[in-house]
Amino acid sequence: MSPLTTHQSPVSDDEPLVRVQGASKKFCLSLKKSLWYGLKDMGNELVGRRHGGHGGLRPKEFWAVHDVSFELKRGECLGLIGRNGAGKTTLLKMLNGLIKPDAGRIEMRGRIGALISLGAGFNPILTGRENIYTNASVLGLSKKEIDAKLDEIIDFAEIGEFIDTPVQNYSSGMAVRLGFAVASSLEPDILLIDEVLAVGDLGFKYKCFRRISSVMERAAVIFVSHDMGSVASTSSKAMLMDRGRVMALSDDCPSVIQSYNGMFKAGGQFQEGTGDVDISGIRVIPASASGDGKTLRHGADMAVEFTAVFRSKEKAAEVVVNFLDQSNTAVAQCMSSRQNFLIYNTGKPQRIRMTFSRLPFNPGTYSTWIIVSRPRPASKVFSVHYGVCPFKVEGSQVGYIPIQPMVDWSAE
Amino acid sequence: MSTQAQSKITVYTPDSSLANPFTMVKAMMGDMWEGRELAWRLTVRDISAQYRRSFLGILWALILPLANTAVWLYLNTTGIVVLQQTDIPFPVYVFAGTMLWAIFMDAINAPMGQTGAAIGMLTKLNFPREALLLAGVYKTLFNAGIKIGLLLCILPFFKVNPGWGLALFPVGVLSLVLVGTAIGLFITPVGMLYSDVGRALPLVMQFLMYVTPVVFAMPESGLVAKLFAINPLTPLILTARDWLTGGSPDFLLSFLVVNAIAVVVLLASWIGYRLAMPILIERMSA
Repeated sequence: MSPLTTHQSPVSDDEPLVRVQGASKKFCLSLKKSLWYGLKDMGNELVGRRHGGHGGLRPKEFWAVHDVSFELKRGECLGLIGRNGAGKTTLLKMLNGLIKPDAGRIEMRGRIGALISLGAGFNPILTGRENIYTNASVLGLSKKEIDAKLDEIIDFAEIGEFIDTPVQNYSSGMAVRLGFAVASSLEPDILLIDEVLAVGDLGFKYKCFRRISSVMERAAVIFVSHDMGSVASTSSKAMLMDRGRVMALSDDCPSVIQSYNGMFKAGGQFQEGTGDVDISGIRVIPASASGDGKTLRHGADMAVEFTAVFRSKEKAAEVVVNFLDQSNTAVAQCMSSRQNFLIYNTGKPQRIRMTFSRLPFNPGTYSTWIIVSRPRPASKVFSVHYGVCPFKVEGSQVGYIPIQPMVDWSAE
Repeated sequence: MSTQAQSKITVYTPDSSLANPFTMVKAMMGDMWEGRELAWRLTVRDISAQYRRSFLGILWALILPLANTAVWLYLNTTGIVVLQQTDIPFPVYVFAGTMLWAIFMDAINAPMGQTGAAIGMLTKLNFPREALLLAGVYKTLFNAGIKIGLLLCILPFFKVNPGWGLALFPVGVLSLVLVGTAIGLFITPVGMLYSDVGRALPLVMQFLMYVTPVVFAMPESGLVAKLFAINPLTPLILTARDWLTGGSPDFLLSFLVVNAIAVVVLLASWIGYRLAMPILIERMSA
């Protein structure tokens, strides 16, 4: 909205399409104050004064985005990563012109497309066809352009005969597909994408990725995602944000992703169980002597150790050791029953050791989840330690799938 | 687009757009032009959706003013409220008055209603915001058309002949829409921040209706007569109704003055709306 200057000029491919210099945005913690500041800002605008006061923070305000600078050329893709509340979406909103920066300057060249909210403006009572026209019109396509693309949009969305049915009768997947098909039919110079690909089934997700990749060749793309896999596979640059600030910005995406992974402390630790078996002294260590115990090399051998003590007359226990990634998703499971291993009640503390050769985990931060229980089928959970012993996996390459096995290649 | 050598450059800074009035006016005109097709789309979308889920459909545009007229006819004929004599048959006077007032109310409510209903889109997509306002005006005019159609059907039954004035009647309706939109747009920025404005509006309008010759004729003397006389809405309603019912408008000069002021207010409010929009979006989506 309200662009300061709008003029025509030739764009060569070497010239950045996006140029952000020290962009900053303040937000307010309290709603009452926020509305009051809003009223004041409006007053300032009306008398032609600068937006957001004199650059300082007013009471109860904080920097949602602080001093962000970067440039992006045609054909480049910036992966924007960071934890929730890091300011990624706010930055996208400024780039899209929805809100004004409180400091700094943003320069965008060419047509801007945004895959931010799919199907915004859909009216549930109207048919898919009617909604295509409204939605595409909101996104800036003319009637002629829509007419020309209508078949392609319907085709891509896989809506078929439902196209003349009210959108309220669509499944959520269909609505999202239609929204994506319309939004991605734009041919922008700059494309902003905010986590829209988290929805839809896998097949459609893949189709979307291919579509976006084809847009990327001709555009500068800014791509927000929590899925490091998609960032690693699509981005030519990555930027890590935390509390509004740029923590890392580099062409070396894996290193930025590693910094992101390193930001996670082992969260959500807990212990529970009946206490018939106590476990303590849990350690994750490299199987060889090298390393500090907290950092492991991808492909190296590792071991998990702990001490088990029986506190009751239970005869035996089996063990499960799981590994969690930084978002607490379990990525691997090691069950002692698979190897017919049980801990027997000897009345004395026992040091248990599990070895894991050629560690296949993608570089990142992981933690351990240990469950000790009565052997199946009469299961009774003696002891659970969740999210303990965080460790880091390092490697020269970062993939986009959690398990990266060490394999052998050959050609004949 | 990528194949074109020419490309639009958009710059966002904290500076107020008012710092560069020339660019701002150019951008306003550009957005209005760019938004014209979208405005039409939004109008079609809203009107077709509005009536698709309704059994009585388009009749709802008439039911409210008809009910209003019935109430005043009842009050007048039973003598509960004794009203001053009108030049034209009282039912026509009341019916035309309430119809015109309803058009004016539609116009006042449109800017805030349109903006409020589009919050979801406004906080996520960038499109010419003017399209929302234009669509609001289109919808008001569409509903006004239905009301006027009914009015014209009723006139012959009361032997009211509009005469040459009918040609000017559209001007009267347009000026009601103009003044309504100007007021509505003026209060929208603050109204979007604080819900107090939206709550107070019906109350204020109710009061205004009773100091405007909508159902009463102009009183001849007393405090009320003064209130009627200084009320800028009086010439609007009177002139439009006179043109419709063949009367001779007595307040033509004030009619023109009110319209001229409304144009200025409308332009200023439009600027205010544009300046306020990023701030509103920030405060509503943070």
